[in-house]
Amino acid sequence: MSENNEPRGTAEPDPDRIPAAQSPKSLATDADRVPDVDAEIETPDAEDTAFVTALDTAGGAMQPSAVPVSAQSGTLPGAEEPDSVLRKIFTGNGVVTILAVLLALILGGLLIASTDKVVAATSTYFFARPADFLSAVWSAATGSYVALFQGSVFNPRGSGVGGQFAPLMETLTIATPLITAGLGVALAFRAGLFNIGAQGQIIMAGILASWVGFALHLPVGLHLLLVLLAGVIGGAVWGGLVGVLKARTGAHEVILTIMFNYIALYFVRYLLDSEAFQRPGETTPISPILDPTAVYPQIFGSQYRLHIGFLLAIAATVFVSWLLNRSTIGFEFRAVGANPKAALTAGINVPRATILVMAIAGGLAGLAGVAQVAGTEKVLTDGVAATYGFDAITVALLGRSTPWGTFAAGVLFGAFRAGAVQMQIQTGTPIDIVLVVQSLIVLFIAAPPLVRAIFGLNPRKKKAATGGKSQKAATTGGAA
Amino acid sequence: MSTTAATSPVPGKPLKPQQGPTHPDRNHKPAVSAKPVTWKLPVTLLVLAVVAFIVFGLLGPHGTAKFGISSGGDFFQLPAIEVPAYLAGIVLSVIMLGLAGYAMFLKTKNVRPPRWLPVIFTVLFVVSFLIWVVGGARTPSISLAGLIAGSVTLAVPIVFGSLSGVLCERAGVVNIAIEGQLLGGAFTAAIVASLTDNPYLGLLAAAVAGALVSMVLAVFSIKYVVNQIIVGVVLNVLISGLTGFLFSTVMQANKEMFNSPGRLPIIEIPVLSSIPVLGPILFKQSVVGYLMYVAVIVVWIGLFKTKWGLRVRAVGEHPQAADTLGIKVNATRFWNVTLGGAVAGIGGSFFTLVAIDSFTKEISGGRGFIALAAMILGRWNPIGAFFAALLFGFADNLQSIVTIIGTPVPSQFMAMLPYLVTVFAVAGLVGRSRPPAADGIPYVKG
Amino acid sequence: MVRVLKLELKGITKRFGSLVANDHIDVVVEPGQIHCLLGENGAGKSTLMNVLYGLYEPTEGQILVDDKPVTFRGPGDAMAAGIGMVHQHFMLIPVFTVAENVALGAETTKAGGFLNLDDTRRKIQEISDRYGFDVDPDALIEDLPVGVQQRVEIIKALVRDAKVLILDEPTAVLTPQDTDELLDIMRQLKSHGTSIVFISHKLREVKAVSDTITVIRRGKVVGTADPGASTTELASMMVGRAVNLTLDKAPATPQETTFEVKGLTVIAPSGQHVVDGISFDIARGEILAIAGVQGNGQTELTEAILGLQDRVHGSILLDGEELLGRSVKEVLNAGVGFVPEDRSVDGLIGTFSIAENLILDRYDQAPFAKGISMSPAKVLENAKTRIDEFDVRTPSGSLAAGTLSGGNQQKLVMARELSRPLRLFIASQPTRGVDVGSIEFLHKRIVAERDHGTPVMIVSTELDEVIDLADRIAVLYKGKLVGIVPAGTGRGVLGLMMAGLSPEDAHGDAAGSHPAPPTAGTTAGSPAETPAGSPAEPQSGSPAAPQATKQAPAAQPVQESRSGAVGDDHE
Repeated sequence: MSENNEPRGTAEPDPDRIPAAQSPKSLATDADRVPDVDAEIETPDAEDTAFVTALDTAGGAMQPSAVPVSAQSGTLPGAEEPDSVLRKIFTGNGVVTILAVLLALILGGLLIASTDKVVAATSTYFFARPADFLSAVWSAATGSYVALFQGSVFNPRGSGVGGQFAPLMETLTIATPLITAGLGVALAFRAGLFNIGAQGQIIMAGILASWVGFALHLPVGLHLLLVLLAGVIGGAVWGGLVGVLKARTGAHEVILTIMFNYIALYFVRYLLDSEAFQRPGETTPISPILDPTAVYPQIFGSQYRLHIGFLLAIAATVFVSWLLNRSTIGFEFRAVGANPKAALTAGINVPRATILVMAIAGGLAGLAGVAQVAGTEKVLTDGVAATYGFDAITVALLGRSTPWGTFAAGVLFGAFRAGAVQMQIQTGTPIDIVLVVQSLIVLFIAAPPLVRAIFGLNPRKKKAATGGKSQKAATTGGAA
Repeated sequence: MSTTAATSPVPGKPLKPQQGPTHPDRNHKPAVSAKPVTWKLPVTLLVLAVVAFIVFGLLGPHGTAKFGISSGGDFFQLPAIEVPAYLAGIVLSVIMLGLAGYAMFLKTKNVRPPRWLPVIFTVLFVVSFLIWVVGGARTPSISLAGLIAGSVTLAVPIVFGSLSGVLCERAGVVNIAIEGQLLGGAFTAAIVASLTDNPYLGLLAAAVAGALVSMVLAVFSIKYVVNQIIVGVVLNVLISGLTGFLFSTVMQANKEMFNSPGRLPIIEIPVLSSIPVLGPILFKQSVVGYLMYVAVIVVWIGLFKTKWGLRVRAVGEHPQAADTLGIKVNATRFWNVTLGGAVAGIGGSFFTLVAIDSFTKEISGGRGFIALAAMILGRWNPIGAFFAALLFGFADNLQSIVTIIGTPVPSQFMAMLPYLVTVFAVAGLVGRSRPPAADGIPYVKG
Repeated sequence: MVRVLKLELKGITKRFGSLVANDHIDVVVEPGQIHCLLGENGAGKSTLMNVLYGLYEPTEGQILVDDKPVTFRGPGDAMAAGIGMVHQHFMLIPVFTVAENVALGAETTKAGGFLNLDDTRRKIQEISDRYGFDVDPDALIEDLPVGVQQRVEIIKALVRDAKVLILDEPTAVLTPQDTDELLDIMRQLKSHGTSIVFISHKLREVKAVSDTITVIRRGKVVGTADPGASTTELASMMVGRAVNLTLDKAPATPQETTFEVKGLTVIAPSGQHVVDGISFDIARGEILAIAGVQGNGQTELTEAILGLQDRVHGSILLDGEELLGRSVKEVLNAGVGFVPEDRSVDGLIGTFSIAENLILDRYDQAPFAKGISMSPAKVLENAKTRIDEFDVRTPSGSLAAGTLSGGNQQKLVMARELSRPLRLFIASQPTRGVDVGSIEFLHKRIVAERDHGTPVMIVSTELDEVIDLADRIAVLYKGKLVGIVPAGTGRGVLGLMMAGLSPEDAHGDAAGSHPAPPTAGTTAGSPAETPAGSPAEPQSGSPAAPQATKQAPAAQPVQESRSGAVGDDHE
């Protein structure tokens, strides 16, 4: 690898020649950039490096593969050492993830406390009775978080078991679009594409699905099926269009998806202003209610909002997992994401993969759109996507772009969302705190050294006594 | 130096024949100057010209569009321009057809169309569009002066935002967090100006806040080598949450104390400000408005005429080369990103100190993303970004005017326009732009 | 007037983690000398120079300038101490002008920090005049040929008053003629009092220009040598064992011609004809080597055959089937094995496992996939077989391919491509950046594939490799086929052909003081006729040393005829 330490700035393929090719700059493996040494260099902290690389690979024209390197390779039976999963959890990213969540919650708690009236009041006589102040801080933060927990998982004051678990049902309801849209973002990540466009894809899906739902009147079963299909197609087309533009013109998907979000938003506003979509007799932009035949049945009866969209989300997770790790299509996606030039040379149709992955990602986001209009909302408004599309990005990042990771992250953020409502009611803490905590989690997870430094952890085993300086050199040498 | 803009080579400059092996390594980026003349631009122009001919011309309204030029207090009064919409549509679109034809002719000769061509074309297209919109309105009369002045006003935060983008990306750090910087600036300006009763302190605080937001971007992307797009996206969410939270808890609780910043006064330069059309744009602005002009020029001169700029651009193009020449790559990036944040922060103060005099949630309303688009459309050049931002401000303003005068074009489509134009731009239909070569790539030594 | 400078590296050790890149290296560069660091790829030369240039901090050891210890915290310090470096991959900003590149980091400014490029232009002109460089200060770097870019790098160092100039593998990207000019420039610089540290693994150049040679192997200094030392001696010092790399290659027994390229033209996005009307054919059981300096159309030629190029005219026939216009996948499935020139960029996916890389172009075929469902067990099974067969040194097939060394990565790519029935095998730069042991192995596999009856096309910019492997040699220059000559054609002739002379002219020119080259038609070069010059060459015992001395003057006339031609520019 020694001969490959060339300036990264120059390693770029001609964009015209390979329209969909992303720069190989991001593809240089660790060993690539190792200096003039023709041997494997031991990276001081493989976990760190892997993740840093994962998040660092916004190479080329910002082309990312926001995927832990370890996750880029498909899982192979026997490939994993029996104890490696456990080891990973205990030594590496697992701990960092937990600490990151903890840290974000602590900071969020401090934020809550800092604006709390009791805290403010007690702070005026802080020096006289510091304990008052501290307990006020504690109760402000914990009060909010207890409310959050009660609103998202278990509410002891609920009426009966059903009422006590109602918050959990609500969590899963909200998690449903987060999971499917998150899967869309994650899948695109794995193919090296930054799909910021879940928001727009949800909207387009919502438009089509809702129209089928309220404008057509069809028999039970068929109607819902068509609603579902229309939504998925709507999202897939909107996402696929980005893929087409990217593949054909080399335009950057981040910019495209951001622009497509706004185009979709103004489009839905236009439609809701038109006769075809506006509910008769309404002046506000809202569509007619979907036919009862067009909505998702509730899983546990009308008591909870949880609908079969959640089951579809589970199915989607299984599907994406299979697609990525066990199918030739997923192999292509991963290959294109990790090294588009090598993929091209190996005969993989990179433009086709780009279009396909964006379409599937859009379809998954579309599933979220359907969950919104046919599951929870049952009407179309211009707020159909809420902030699910943006949250999906943080969900995918927290889930490290693996399907089940995304699922778990979706449930976690769903809990935050559901609990935040309860929190606002009980303690008056604004829902926005969820955004703060959510984004802090992702920031911290992306920078493990920061988390370790904050918690005073130093996972590095001191290596053969070379002293601090060479340790640093080793880090850069390996991670460079 | 003709290298100032990262754009296609100067027209007319002969493409040097490649002597001998020009590419020592195939990964060496091939010379952009060797890029061929493509059909993209001529074809795009032709399509647009045909659309203009049919829609603005043949199917155009038969009324008269009236454009007021002077406002009451102007230094001297000019009569309103009255344009027969149908005729103007035909004439302008025929000229556009001619330009498109000229571009095609050049293409057959394999000559790159001159740079002014797409610019003139855009202007003509915008003008004929405007005449078409106004001519078909219920009340076919608008104040041109007001339209333009309003466009500039609406463009102010976009210009600042895009300058922030230029400063960051020229140094090689992708800045998706412009929205967050604007929002942070707007919030801080409001709260500081309210507390101190001094909007100028608010302005200053906005710059500091923008810089702080940017520092988070810098620290995470430079020190912790986190993907810059991720940091940018997440920062936007963080700032949105943070300002939203504080708005609900602090500002709403005591609006008098925390959310009544007062406005920055409009400073009118006597005499000059009453020149029709130009006066209000150039000489009747708030401090923020004047700062905008200054910032555009200073950033342009700084980037392309000074030692600092040479180094910044070197860091954004080829950090390793800069490093071997003793330039501190990551320090340069850090401070540039910080500076960019400060600039965007000032832009953010526009919302709460100039436009209206209080903060509300999400007051920046996605203008950070439009600023990003303006930067790209302006090809990472401050001047280009400025004009792109003006165009977007114009679209924004037209949208509200259109709803008032009542035209066949739904206002939502007007609002969509900047985004559509950007899609066309990044798809290379209006000329490919080349970002700094090392944009988005963290520099890790060794 | 010229201050000279003595440079000493004392006990320099550089570790990366557990890996020792430099192990107590001592080197003294005397003032006004050309000091060569000779070593294989990966021996640690560049690391050492990066330490010297302040890019890395040494783990241990000292740098002394004029016997005083110094510490370089960055390249700025090194430059201030009078050390300049021309990197192997140029550190030039393509979209900047020459003047801007030269000024960068050492700008002269007017009041207020405004650039004063006129001053830089004047300095460039001065140096250009002094050394006969023909450099336009206002040209954009990306428009300049490589040779000129290299001069800009030298100017950069000289403007900063470099007393010691480090040249890191400076000839890797040059034609033999450009190389000779560079060697001339080096001598000139020396005569002006600049010391030069010349890093190379090319013995011929090293012998031609050095005053002192330090040989480095595996991060250690293994000795110093006199430029008069024999090539064999130097080669064995460098490689660490008696060099006997004669490729046991039976003469080719070409069978029927199955691969034909007719009038192939590839048009680059720039509109340039990067491959220009090339015709050749390859028979089964024959190796055709494509020689030429990098960037003369080789890459595009191989990519056109594979189907990676868009604008291609002409015809590519394999067993009578037209390959042109087919997708990459179809070409691969037609039985074309392809080893791309840059394995880490085109050949494999560093983050994928070795097993996955081994099926990178067959992931969707049986037995690895049924429909779109893949069978991971089969993938691993395949990996085990290939790893054994190709001696890929790795504990497990499920490790990421990026963890392998260069040689093993190349084996991996080769294993993938050679593990299926082929009708054509194309390998670009099959041994670039690969250690000697792997080179041997890879060459043997290529010859084995030939003997198996496959038409083989090798693209190499290393003349030694071409001479080693080829049954016939086709030389490309600026996209055109200069000619096809038999194996055993002299190095001088090939060098001239690589500079664009037709075979006839090249023969004429090279024949100046050199015995006539072997006649066309010889299949494999017999050892006696193969010129010497590098470790990768046949060194069959005793005749090797005399050859070296015999061959050395052969290079001279070439160089002289060239410098004569450009003499006008010099004075």
